[in-house]
Amino acid sequence: MRRLIHSRAWYKFSRSRLSVLGLLTILVIALVTVVAPLIAPFPEHVGIFVDFRNTEQPPGWIYFFGTDDNGRDIFTRILYAYRVSFAVGLLVLAIAVPVGVILGLLAGYYGGLVDTVIMRTTDVFLALPPLVLAMAIMGYLQPSLFNIMLAISVMWWPWHTRLIYNLTRSLRHEGYVQAAKVSGASDLHILFREILPNCVPSLLTKMAFDMSFVILMIAALGFVGLGMQPPTPDLGRMVAEGVRFMPFDWWMSVFPGLAILILVLAFNLFGDGLRDMLDVDV
Amino acid sequence: MGVAGFIFRRSAAAVVVLVGLSILIFVVARVIPGDPARMALGSVATPEQVEKLRNRLHLDESLPVQYWEFIKGLARGDLGESLVTRRSVSLDLIDTFPATLELVLAAGLIMVLVGVPLGIIAARYRDTAIDNIARLFALLGVVTPSFVWAVFLMLLLSFVLGLLPVAGRLSEAFEPPPMVSGMYTLDALIAGQWRVFLDAIQHLILPALALALAGMGQAARLTRTNMAEVYGRQYVEMARAFAFREHEIAFKYALRPAMIPTLTILGLDFAVMLGNAFLVEAVFVWPGMAKYGVFAILRKDLNAIVGTVLVIGAMFLIVNIIVDLVTAYINPQIRLGRRVA
Repeated sequence: MRRLIHSRAWYKFSRSRLSVLGLLTILVIALVTVVAPLIAPFPEHVGIFVDFRNTEQPPGWIYFFGTDDNGRDIFTRILYAYRVSFAVGLLVLAIAVPVGVILGLLAGYYGGLVDTVIMRTTDVFLALPPLVLAMAIMGYLQPSLFNIMLAISVMWWPWHTRLIYNLTRSLRHEGYVQAAKVSGASDLHILFREILPNCVPSLLTKMAFDMSFVILMIAALGFVGLGMQPPTPDLGRMVAEGVRFMPFDWWMSVFPGLAILILVLAFNLFGDGLRDMLDVDV
Repeated sequence: MGVAGFIFRRSAAAVVVLVGLSILIFVVARVIPGDPARMALGSVATPEQVEKLRNRLHLDESLPVQYWEFIKGLARGDLGESLVTRRSVSLDLIDTFPATLELVLAAGLIMVLVGVPLGIIAARYRDTAIDNIARLFALLGVVTPSFVWAVFLMLLLSFVLGLLPVAGRLSEAFEPPPMVSGMYTLDALIAGQWRVFLDAIQHLILPALALALAGMGQAARLTRTNMAEVYGRQYVEMARAFAFREHEIAFKYALRPAMIPTLTILGLDFAVMLGNAFLVEAVFVWPGMAKYGVFAILRKDLNAIVGTVLVIGAMFLIVNIIVDLVTAYINPQIRLGRRVA
């Protein structure tokens, strides 16, 4: 930890106070979601729960963000909904990044037919707004954590393929790649030991921004009703359901909306900081 | 190579991508487990009803045969029948398309006409308070989902201030203007119906703004970054040494090269906007294609989903071709089709 704080990288990162704020926000929210069952004021409000005496309560000391039409604490439900955002976000990256990276490396390094087939396929995926494709896929699937992750991953890998493809194209003529080739290194070695490590800074930065886009997308799917199904809390769905109670019970939509905004903003600021620190362009 | 040749070549490439897209969406619809006919009809349908629908949709044929039937229909402009509205999907799309086009065009205008100047101002007054405010504003645009903007704007401008209508395209007091383009604002102008025009504009502002804010923030950020980079170049230094006026430097020397990378990204932003239209139209009950698409998805209306996706894809490809043309116009280095290293 001490070495990290005194390192040059941290110095560059911490020069931007906003980036540090972004990182701190992410860490705090991540921690809070992990320990949500311990700190949530009303953990039982996450499941099927009705309290007719306390429906549509405005924000106050007992219910920080007010209650919904079933009398459930919105603050508690937001804490639990964040769990889905983090889980799906990380899972999407865990699937889409390796697939995208490997295809990008292959297309960029071998060129020719491999290049044509892989890159023209990404063109097809990139010819649609990501949200539309994810929604169309979700339309055929039953809404569940696994399927949401699947639908978003299906349209996410081409972006990483694009990025790694361009990097590989520019790196494959570098001296050290040529040197490795001449000294008889295998293609596998060149791709994963020579080229890939040089893509890591761009990749990390892109992943930080990805988290913010994936969280937006999960929220959007939830908003049209294709996200996690009730009673599981879902930020997008909470905003959508709150719209019916506008303008009097404004807190039902506004706080979940702000919750999405803050997490997305945090990942964006963090990504900005990483980009400056690693000096990459994504 | 001439402009016509360029457009032809790009259109041919776009058609190839569209064919790929049709295969993709077709395969997705068919490989996913579950019987589409059963899903569309719901659990109360009798086996005979399901069987009838399966026949109508050619679901018992092999996949290539199904695709061939689909392509044959497509060539006639026939996308099949919607399982929900019981009408031809093509007709449904023609009816709903102008509303979406009107919304997206208005949002695109806001994105460029507000976003780019905001970026110019931020770059011109780099590292001052003005710059910071413009950047904060831009960042808020980027990180807030368009449907959250929709809700916030609706709450503030419609409910609290009572300035703008909450939903729909036109007040009930008015009849839609005679159909020419299907876009109410334009048609009202053509017909010379001023009050209808004003009413349509009032209905258009909120959804267009909600849709535009994300792209607008992005446009401002990009313009600022790219212009700030150009400001660091030597010829700007020289222009200053020759005592060129500051606004002349900004518009004649710094903006033009900065617009080239910005434009490419704006094309991508437009794609994001088409996607977000699905959410914004739902909030404002805007009777467009995107809302039609959302309902198709929610009700598992196969033909309607495929049709909507294809039209959105085509729109996106056309926008990209236009962006490339404009880029080539701005940058004499990029001769159409051939890039100078």
